[in-house]
Amino acid sequence: MKTTNRSFLTALCVSLGLYSVGPALAAGGGDVHLDSANINLRDEGSLQRGAKAFITNCLNCHSAQFMRWGHLTQIGLTEDQIKANLMFNPDAKFSDYMTVSLDTKDAQAWLGKMPPDLTLVARVRGSDWLYTYLRSYYVDPASPSGWNNEVFPNVGMPHVLHDLQGSMTKAVVGEKESHGKKEPVTKLVMERKGSMTTQEYDMYVRDLVNYMTFMGEPARIKRTQIGVVVMLFLALAFFAALVVKREYWKDVK
Amino acid sequence: MSNTIKQPIEPPIAGPAGKLIVWVDQRFPLMSLWNEHLAQYYAPKNFNFWYYFGSLAMLVLVMQIVTGIFLTMNYKPDAKTAFASVEYIMRDVSFGWLIRYMHSTGASMFFLVVYLHMMRGLMYGSYRKPRELLWIFGCMIYLALMAEAFFGYLLPWGQMSYWGAQVIINLFAAVPIIGEDLAIWIRGDFNIGDATLNRFFAFHVIALPLVLLGLVAAHIMALHEVGSNNPDGVEIKKDLDPKTGTPRDGIPFHPYYTVKDIVGVVVFLAIFSAIVFFAPEMGGYFLEKPNFEQADPLQTPAHIAPVWYFTPFYAMLRAVPSFMGSQFWGVAVMGAATLILFVLPWLDRGKVRSIRYRGPLYKRFLASFVVSFLILGYLGVVPTTVWGQIPHTIPVIGGVDTATIVSRILTAVYFAFFLLMPWYTKKDIPNEKPEPTRVTH
Repeated sequence: MKTTNRSFLTALCVSLGLYSVGPALAAGGGDVHLDSANINLRDEGSLQRGAKAFITNCLNCHSAQFMRWGHLTQIGLTEDQIKANLMFNPDAKFSDYMTVSLDTKDAQAWLGKMPPDLTLVARVRGSDWLYTYLRSYYVDPASPSGWNNEVFPNVGMPHVLHDLQGSMTKAVVGEKESHGKKEPVTKLVMERKGSMTTQEYDMYVRDLVNYMTFMGEPARIKRTQIGVVVMLFLALAFFAALVVKREYWKDVK
Repeated sequence: MSNTIKQPIEPPIAGPAGKLIVWVDQRFPLMSLWNEHLAQYYAPKNFNFWYYFGSLAMLVLVMQIVTGIFLTMNYKPDAKTAFASVEYIMRDVSFGWLIRYMHSTGASMFFLVVYLHMMRGLMYGSYRKPRELLWIFGCMIYLALMAEAFFGYLLPWGQMSYWGAQVIINLFAAVPIIGEDLAIWIRGDFNIGDATLNRFFAFHVIALPLVLLGLVAAHIMALHEVGSNNPDGVEIKKDLDPKTGTPRDGIPFHPYYTVKDIVGVVVFLAIFSAIVFFAPEMGGYFLEKPNFEQADPLQTPAHIAPVWYFTPFYAMLRAVPSFMGSQFWGVAVMGAATLILFVLPWLDRGKVRSIRYRGPLYKRFLASFVVSFLILGYLGVVPTTVWGQIPHTIPVIGGVDTATIVSRILTAVYFAFFLLMPWYTKKDIPNEKPEPTRVTH
């Protein structure tokens, strides 16, 4: 009997343990190593720099059609600051969504397809993916745009930030055995320096990803703050409920 | 009864409130309902951890209805605007994000609570005579809940909403002869589109909630007719106190179990809130990542998986090979896996109810059933290639995905629990321990 119990509990733990890896495997993201974006949604400076980076680099082709300009006040900016420094279109209203003037027909003619909306991309791909992706472009003459990406092979978008990062190429640095075959080990190496050092560029991308994570769910900052209060309240309520229960159950034998 | 004048009751409390109760009671069966279902409903005094989940399921049902009403105020059941209206709720509606996360978390927690509630029934034999109908109402609630969840999942109009519904509706297309027409009839179109979304909305917000509420009422009425089972499986109504005529092992549901259930409610709300406030996506299990992308009929996601509470059945569906050129067998197996629950009361031939006094065979079969259900649940989330392939050197099954073979074995284990039950519960009888006459703690 005892052995049955033990083997059941072991089997139960193993089967529940499986669940910790499910969605990651389902997303097919198991094969590429992702660097930790290490973002901080409470760092308003970083969010504001990220917003600026997003609006200058991304918002020309990509829309953020569910994000209102006005919601940028949630990262510590005033209405005047947003209008003066970030809203380049004089006709746009403060309550407008972050749309692009690029239309689908032109985009198909010039770029092959309409660049995807980015409002929720951080929720679809994850912050670490975005952080690694934006730092993994390399020169690839075989690709139509001249660029390729380690994280997103044959990506349609060229490396928009190459002026800042510089351009990397894929170099063979060794060999490894895999399934009985020898495979080259490759690494991205800097071929031409950009205007930023590697550290500066990493920080720049981190701020950008921080902002994009905020944009994916603006309520997230408030959500965790309220959550702490709710948990504290429930902890108190638990003790109160327990005292009442014990009092009533005293006479149950 | 209706042609005699009801005598006024003694006011249960002093003051104007007491008078109001007397006034209402003369015109409505207030006190008799209160007594029958709460103050004089005697429940066994030995309920343990497993007995919280019935009341918790009711709590979640109420939360789903209330949050659902508020979501409906801003949601738009229109293929062009549905996705945007959900984002509007998340960003522009006051506490819309909270309402939406409570509803999405509530869906998963509803299933979690219901699965634990059903597990309790299996452990303590709560489906046995005289509770067969109570069990059947419960099974019907479970089916209605699955339908409710399926219809609701299309509404956010994300990629997984769309393609998940596509996969499920195509199951109906596998039905021989009428399949294709059946699928078109369900969709209201040749493809999932605005018509499908509109009717799913109608089913989700009114048709199935009505069915669910009716079934829950029937479930509770049946429960209060036969009385609650307990971890010992002892019938408390057999042992009445000669003075009061009430069960000696029973205590009034109110106040004893109301105060006890409040403790359970607080603990449940703590877990619920931890998810809502700190991990609303629950690692991709409660809100799947591809569902943050708007439905695109032209672009199939790389991997389609239903939400976790359907995956054990989805794994069975995928595991069954097509036979005589038809995919229908997988659908049939999946349907049978849920419908077989209905006949459970008539499969069990044991003498005792509770797992505490059951023989070793029942325990082993139940344990393997639980483990197979959990692993099937996992395998339904991941691609079938997750564990590689059986080496080609092995005859017959060589080259088949390992996960598919494992799913087939576990599907057999799942059904063996039910189909072999008449045999193993009968064989267990000599090894059963004697049931006590009174409940133990």
